[in-house]
Amino acid sequence: MRIDCPLCGPRDRREFTYQGDALALDRPDPEAGFGVWNDYLHNRDNPAGPTRELWYHDSGCTAWLVVTRDTVTHEVHRVELARDVKEAGK
Amino acid sequence: MIELLAKTPCDGLLPRTIGTVTLTEISFEAITSVAPLTGQEDAVSGTLKAQMGAAFPKPGRTTGKAHARAVWSGLGQALVLGPALQPIPGAAMTDQTDAWACVALEGDGARDVLARLTPLDLRPSVFRQGHAARTELAHMSAVLMRTGESRYGIMAFRSMAKTLVHDVTEAMTSVAARTRL
Repeated sequence: MRIDCPLCGPRDRREFTYQGDALALDRPDPEAGFGVWNDYLHNRDNPAGPTRELWYHDSGCTAWLVVTRDTVTHEVHRVELARDVKEAGK
Repeated sequence: MIELLAKTPCDGLLPRTIGTVTLTEISFEAITSVAPLTGQEDAVSGTLKAQMGAAFPKPGRTTGKAHARAVWSGLGQALVLGPALQPIPGAAMTDQTDAWACVALEGDGARDVLARLTPLDLRPSVFRQGHAARTELAHMSAVLMRTGESRYGIMAFRSMAKTLVHDVTEAMTSVAARTRL
């Protein structure tokens, strides 16, 4: 598996560390309530198909990335800097 | 007062020539990390150029020349190899002179040696002269740069100097052995 880092170009999977669902970027309001926070902290979907994940390019540029990939075909559809994703969501 | 002797990271280990490839240590007067603050990238690049003659490098590139080189080393950060820098307004800087072991790998087959150690795509058309990469080398975090047709600069953490020399010379020995077959 290769991940096409927006800064470094296509790199081997061993340079990256997997963190979890990119949902972690959407931190709820501190007062959002128990149900919302419970979802944010503990509940994740387990899709057979496209999924958005956070990966860390620890042996490369040390950037956090949002990787959109397919858990069925292992195809990597899109790789963005988490910083850019966060900026775009503002 | 105790008299301390300065030792380079690869003191007593290099140079080594095996087959057609030579590994030598490179020493710099200073190694400084430069990280421009948000929005200060252009100003910092200009000041850097005025100070040591090389602009702030783009991702995966080096600027300048031997002994006055700026190497991209990660998101928003470059390592300046060569002269000691004056503080640059708008940039976070740290002195890393004693933190890195720097070596040069040169000669026919240098690329074959590196290919045994790193997952990086080293084909000449992809990793060109003036390119740099932060990657792993024998499971160590390293900065690689291509500084000539068959010449590569390698930087690894100083604490790993002996491991670096061991792993690279092992690969040099293997490549030389294959060439003899």
